[in-house]
Amino acid sequence: MADEPREFNAASFYTYLREGRLMGIRCRDCAHLSAVPRPLCPACHSRKVEWHQFSGKGQLSTFTCISIVPVAMGEQGYGRDNPYCSGVVTLEEGPRISARLLGVDASNPQNIQTGIAVVLELENLDQDQPTLAFHPA
Amino acid sequence: MVASVKKRRLGRPVSIVGAGMSHFGAFRGKTSRDLFVEAFQDLMDNLDQGIDVEDIECGYVGNYSSELFEGQGHTAPIIADWVGMTPAPVTRIENACASSGSALREGVMAIASGMYDVVLVGGVEKMTGLPTEGVTDVLATAADVLYEVPAGLTFPGIFGALAKAHMDRYETNLDHLLKVGIKNHNNGALNPKAQFNVTIRQIMERRQARAEQRGETVPDWKDELDFLNDPASNPWIAWPLRLFDCAPITDGASCLLLVSADIARNFTEKPVQIAGMGQASGRPLHDAEELTSLSAAKHAAAQAYQMAGITPQDVQVAEVHDCFTIAEIIATEDLGFFEPGEGPRAVDEGRTALTGDRPINTSGGLKSKGHPVGASGVAQVIEVFHQLRGEADARQLSNPNLEVGLTHNVGGTGGTCVVTILRRG
Ligand SMILES: [Zn+2]
Repeated sequence: MADEPREFNAASFYTYLREGRLMGIRCRDCAHLSAVPRPLCPACHSRKVEWHQFSGKGQLSTFTCISIVPVAMGEQGYGRDNPYCSGVVTLEEGPRISARLLGVDASNPQNIQTGIAVVLELENLDQDQPTLAFHPA
Repeated sequence: MVASVKKRRLGRPVSIVGAGMSHFGAFRGKTSRDLFVEAFQDLMDNLDQGIDVEDIECGYVGNYSSELFEGQGHTAPIIADWVGMTPAPVTRIENACASSGSALREGVMAIASGMYDVVLVGGVEKMTGLPTEGVTDVLATAADVLYEVPAGLTFPGIFGALAKAHMDRYETNLDHLLKVGIKNHNNGALNPKAQFNVTIRQIMERRQARAEQRGETVPDWKDELDFLNDPASNPWIAWPLRLFDCAPITDGASCLLLVSADIARNFTEKPVQIAGMGQASGRPLHDAEELTSLSAAKHAAAQAYQMAGITPQDVQVAEVHDCFTIAEIIATEDLGFFEPGEGPRAVDEGRTALTGDRPINTSGGLKSKGHPVGASGVAQVIEVFHQLRGEADARQLSNPNLEVGLTHNVGGTGGTCVVTILRRG
């Protein structure tokens, strides 16, 4: 249970992330877990959801290395000559979530292996615009 | 395949009696309304029996994002005015890249309900007014802006991740992806309205000729695959996807005239029936059932097959949503044309080529014909309409008994899919 009642929404998700916690929801009716907080259980539609803290450990399920970047990533110095890696992580508790993957060589994607163990990256978190990121364990 | 879906049927049959399309490409100075007028005039010019615009009772226009692309909202009444339909009711439908697939569906239901007899459906998008980065940002808003976009995922990025998952799970490789593009350009080279009506080989040979003209070193690519494997000619967009794996940024419009089937012969001797229709919603990739398939496509296909009373094996020609080459491969699996993981081999064996047993994207697909996102769904239907009527010119399939065709129109990264089955007669 959370220490204080927070709305089951993205604002709360990113507030928790700033605090160093990966918080999703657990359904009290069917025990379904979702890494993305939402007010209705996506499995059984129950309203009885509660906050659930994920360990931050998972596995890289798939990824891409992006060279044609959105404007915001371009402003951070990414682009044709400096791609970045994003993908889908399967958390050890089961749910998946989209995230950046740091600590890999995005210029050589053939060297990045799916299936590797990854952990939540909290260092260098931008407090204004926090981004969910993982790095190889 | 999805096991079973409720049997649904139209309240009364609906026919397509006319089709019109603008040229697809990059047209400086042309806005949505100009593009749509071009498509509409094409429709009016090619109707077997003419119609007065006053007799079109209602319209649905697919458009993804005229606000962000052009700074213009509330597009439908402007288009109605420009084609002369005011004061008929016209409604804009937005379902990302499936906007006009959905607009078609709304038009069909409007007639099937008995409320209208003659309905215009279409789609339009003006995309080239923004630089590539701006277009990337606009397209990304079709993904989940709270959880996918902040993770850096772009539209090509999400399909890149799907491609990587497909490569991990099956025998799919980068050459399979490139071969889809080569095949679609071979078809698009035969389509005078295509943005790139040119084969990959022609593109390669032109670059060699240009280098020679300029006295530069002439690249010694030995074939299309060699050319496409050269990072200088085919740079990465979102690994494992390269430039030639991605549909282009396009301006264009498309439209169809729908009528109640009982009056179809007043307009043409060769109507095409809406035999089946399905539409479904799906979740973002991270919440999808599988990383190698779009669940909305499977659901929409099951609905459409059920309504039409056919199986995937009965489909003789199909236009599928190849916004990226991997998307075509996955589409042919989700639609049940090939078993999961067998799509790449079908490409290798030429089965999806114009001369294959399962021709896919005879128009050139989104890859070669172009992808003005809001116009693409109806443009797919236009190609099948022409194939079934035997008027696809140089692209016409040799099968003299073409009866059944299908279109598969995906919105965003699978949040929406519309599948439509068409039957001659
Ligand atoms: Zn539940």
